[in-house]
Amino acid sequence: MNNRVLVIEAGRTELHYWKDLWRYRELFFFLAWRDILVRYKQTVIGIAWAVIRPLLTMIVFTVVFGKLAKLPSEGIAPYAIMVYVAMLPWQFFANSLSEASNSLIGNANLISKVYFPRLIIPTSSVITSFVDFLISSAILLVIMVWYQFWPTWRIVTLPFFTLIAFLASMGVGLWLTALNVKYRDFRYIVPFIVQFGLYISPVGFSSSIVPDEYRFLYSLNPMVGVIDGFRWAILGGESNIYIPGFLLSLTVTLFFLVFGIMYFRKTEKKFADII
Amino acid sequence: MPDIAIKVEQLSKSYFIGHKRQERYTALRDVLANKAKALGHRLLHPFKGTEGVMFTADTTEEFWALQDVSFTVKHGDRVGIIGRNGAGKSTLLKILSRITEPTKGRVELYGRVASLLEVGTGFHPELTGRENIYLNGAILGMSKGEIKRNFEAIVDFAEIEKFLDTPVKRYSSGMYVRLAFAVAAHLEPEILIVDEVLAVGDSQFQKKCLGKMEDVGKEGRTVLFVSHNMAAIQALCSRGIVLNNGSLINNGDIAESIFCYNQIGRQPKQQFINPNNLCITNITVTPVDIVIARSNAAVKIIINFYNPKLLPSCYLNMVIENSEGLVLIHLRTDSFDVYPSFTPGDHEIEIYIERISLRTGIYTAWFRLFCNAGDIYEIADSDTVMFEVMGNQVGGVIEVPYKWYLDGKILNCN
Repeated sequence: MNNRVLVIEAGRTELHYWKDLWRYRELFFFLAWRDILVRYKQTVIGIAWAVIRPLLTMIVFTVVFGKLAKLPSEGIAPYAIMVYVAMLPWQFFANSLSEASNSLIGNANLISKVYFPRLIIPTSSVITSFVDFLISSAILLVIMVWYQFWPTWRIVTLPFFTLIAFLASMGVGLWLTALNVKYRDFRYIVPFIVQFGLYISPVGFSSSIVPDEYRFLYSLNPMVGVIDGFRWAILGGESNIYIPGFLLSLTVTLFFLVFGIMYFRKTEKKFADII
Repeated sequence: MPDIAIKVEQLSKSYFIGHKRQERYTALRDVLANKAKALGHRLLHPFKGTEGVMFTADTTEEFWALQDVSFTVKHGDRVGIIGRNGAGKSTLLKILSRITEPTKGRVELYGRVASLLEVGTGFHPELTGRENIYLNGAILGMSKGEIKRNFEAIVDFAEIEKFLDTPVKRYSSGMYVRLAFAVAAHLEPEILIVDEVLAVGDSQFQKKCLGKMEDVGKEGRTVLFVSHNMAAIQALCSRGIVLNNGSLINNGDIAESIFCYNQIGRQPKQQFINPNNLCITNITVTPVDIVIARSNAAVKIIINFYNPKLLPSCYLNMVIENSEGLVLIHLRTDSFDVYPSFTPGDHEIEIYIERISLRTGIYTAWFRLFCNAGDIYEIADSDTVMFEVMGNQVGGVIEVPYKWYLDGKILNCN
């Protein structure tokens, strides 16, 4: 019998919360595992969808923006790869946002009947999207082989940029999901942000197109920094990062992360009552 | 204080419920004005919530689901929490399970808590039984290793070995419930909280669950059990807590709690304390010649009352009930055609029962005097008095004199 005592009181900040997160660490993966399993149950093609979806999107983009609109690529890299390299983090971010913002409401039955740190729920949706990201990255390797395009040493920095993408998804996702519990409007706002963001972020084009005087302001979008970083790491050559913009994106990401966690923790206590 | 498992002090929980003003029509002007006020409030007070604040003519009311509840539970206790629907039982369990926060008050928990508030929490219909065991176990707080260790025992308890790899949406409701309980039953917490999960499932399942909970209690763990099934509660629990309208009204022995629960909502006995009317001042049940009533022993019931006016032609009724309100003994003076009269003043009535043929248990007795003669109409009920009958025969309600004969030889007799 351990002598641990747990005190529950109105308004008391739970110091146990972070210890509980560690104790429930396996739940992160169990919930992500559940979501992935369920996705492909009773499907015929099953896991092949994880490959087909990003592949098809890339093909459409290449045809529409590369061939029809004739947007320039970056340096010598083929347009298809430039688009795909940006699609990777963007899809990760967009999927995380969409799934995380609905995660709390989708798991309402868990929230009202079982205790575990609620932070686990949106985080596990981000992990699910991360698995998709990894699968898509594998496809990138195949594409690069197809185009005979070999990356430089800079690819080693990729995990760093991946981490920033992860943090950006988490930060904004947490904030949106906590808001969504109380104000269900976000169920409609988030898909709009995601669609809008796809054209605003430098996915179909390179951010070097943006005029210099607006480039700094443009980097307020956290994904600008991430996408630029991905391109720099993978495409090599003449792709370079606009440093002040990158730092601004990084700051915005960290701001959202801290603010998101704070807001989530503050409203978490009321979830079971208002969900 | 290592002996205490749960300590609850002045726990209160309130919710805000809104009432819409019933208008004949909704004016756009009103809607816009209210939205503007709300927006202004949010801009000026960004960190204050808008809970409880209404900007329309709609009203809001603070509803206290729990009010000033305090009790202590020791390690190894098995406590039944009973009350009518809406009394606050589930809210109390939610607070103890950390699902919702109290508004006021404090709880101290000594030991790991596992709650079973709903059967099959987290079950996903598309996943198979095997997958759901892992998922549900993880959600309830078991580690992967723990689940693996208990996997065989869980499947055994649920009796679904054949269907482990079928999606749970194909299960019958009985299988579903068996599986869900099986997972929860193998949690190994120090404090187990169970909420009305026996309502589903056939009697065999219920027996199995109760048996398992009893085992859990015997291992020295604390169990808090909420149910409407009084028989189950009485079988499992040693102590009881009764909640009514958010307040704790009884905290003691389980038989006492069940009695208290049965009294809630009963038509209140008409008590006339106006001295111009008939007033029953006292009722007692005492065994004759011994300290505690025993089966088949003599018992006398004494009622004292006062009437300021003459009461001609009265009916006297004496009722003895069991703890569930079933009338066991009903004695009436009109059954032998006697209608006594009472002159103004104090009176004493004694009912002498030669052999109280009841077995071990807790019973209640009450008395009614009824007078309807011409222009006089009086009726008075006494308080309900609780008394206990002791005996060495357990089971059943009625005690009878009996003899057993085996092959012609007398075995024993009462």
